[in-house]
Amino acid sequence: MTITALPRVMSGASGRPLTLREHEVTFGTASVGALAGELEASGLMGRGGAGFSTSQKVELLARQRGHHKVVVVNAMEGEPVGHKDRTLLSSNPHLVLDGAQYLANLIGARRVAVCVSRKDSAIVNHVQRALHERERRATGPEFILHTPPWRYVAGEESALVHWLNDNQTMPQYRPQRPNVLHVGRSPALVMNAESCAHVALINRFGAPWFRELGTPASPGSTLVSVSGAVHRPTVLEVALGTPLRSILRVAGADPDPLALLTGGYGGAWLSGEHLDVAYCNEDLRSLGATVGAGILVVVPKGACGLAETHRVVKWMANESSRQCGPCAFGLPALAEDLRTLLHDARDPHGVLVRLKERCEVIQGRGACRHPDGVVRLVDSALRVFAGHIEEHVNGFPCAAMSTTRRWVTVPALEHESDLVWE
Amino acid sequence: MNRKGDHFVLRVDPILCDGFGHCHELAPELVQVDEWGYPIIHEELTSTNELALLKSARLAVRGCPRQALRIERTNGPV
Repeated sequence: MTITALPRVMSGASGRPLTLREHEVTFGTASVGALAGELEASGLMGRGGAGFSTSQKVELLARQRGHHKVVVVNAMEGEPVGHKDRTLLSSNPHLVLDGAQYLANLIGARRVAVCVSRKDSAIVNHVQRALHERERRATGPEFILHTPPWRYVAGEESALVHWLNDNQTMPQYRPQRPNVLHVGRSPALVMNAESCAHVALINRFGAPWFRELGTPASPGSTLVSVSGAVHRPTVLEVALGTPLRSILRVAGADPDPLALLTGGYGGAWLSGEHLDVAYCNEDLRSLGATVGAGILVVVPKGACGLAETHRVVKWMANESSRQCGPCAFGLPALAEDLRTLLHDARDPHGVLVRLKERCEVIQGRGACRHPDGVVRLVDSALRVFAGHIEEHVNGFPCAAMSTTRRWVTVPALEHESDLVWE
Repeated sequence: MNRKGDHFVLRVDPILCDGFGHCHELAPELVQVDEWGYPIIHEELTSTNELALLKSARLAVRGCPRQALRIERTNGPV
């Protein structure tokens, strides 16, 4: 049985996780064939945010020596507005596990560690049940479920491996890239849950089938979490290269928004004028935006982009693991500058200049990409909302300041008074 | 052509670094500090023939209280 059109990884979704039997009826039984060539031909790009080529990553791990390799399935979903991995695991958990199993066969791993944040207890239950169902088959690698605590940076691959090693969700410093992370002494392949699901489908139906959707440079379909000014926040499966406008229409979003937050909280703003751009990395990057972790937040006209950015940056600054100075001190400084621009009208021109300087200083000086993501967000805000920021700087009143309605949801800070810099 | 490479660049481990600022004192040509006291390393490759720079880089590496600095030697741009 072949799945022809969309949805692909979300086929058979019925509001509850598919059992192993239903899963095999929907997708057909798995064949463990020659995947390596297919994976390379499919051109699958990782869906975790960085968009690195999956086949290159797999090849790097396959070249490593040793028999005790590990596949780490990353379903941590660090982005507060992202729901794709959760949605996937609560409808097709076996597809993700199948993909992880093929990857394990491919690199010669004996263990698969599935990492789900302990915040999502329902998802933990779904995965546990799915693993239990597979246990009876007793073939393939050994699956272990891990439940690290939820933090923004905990989903970063080196932080995840750090958790598996030392129970700490802190990113590690890796001077060379790409490099191989190790769980204990075993090389680890860290793969996003959605990428695993795509791998499972590529193994079943082949690379040409996978390439039927999408663009030549980024083939296939992807899950997008749309929130903000929408009828109801949803996760959609769309072909890469779909025009943004039609994604927004299907999601029931505001047809004429002020701007879109793309990629996640470490992503970039995209002006609402560019709705005809295709949703794929090569087109979005030419406008400074990114697919990232498949997140779109719609901000309607009348909202203040600066205020939204400030909220996100403040939250992101608080989520820093505070290991590296430029991130621990720099991100709060960025948040403070944005607050001054919004509320304090004493020397806004100087603050704007300082903000730009600080962005340049912080860029690329952390152990992980957390500060770079925030800098990219601030940079894009300065570019996209330039006109509005000019109004703030010149002391014009901002209509959005008088309302408390905000569109980019930010989790409540756990200890609002304990912000590091206040 | 040196086997280890005839150019070098200082590298800092940002997690280990606690912003003591000794590296800036010892190698001001190679290390600037930002407003929080953390080092901004000069990223361009320096030739190892510049002995004064190499010496101050070594001083910075040895003088770092957190041992967060090291010298990375590579072959320079051809």
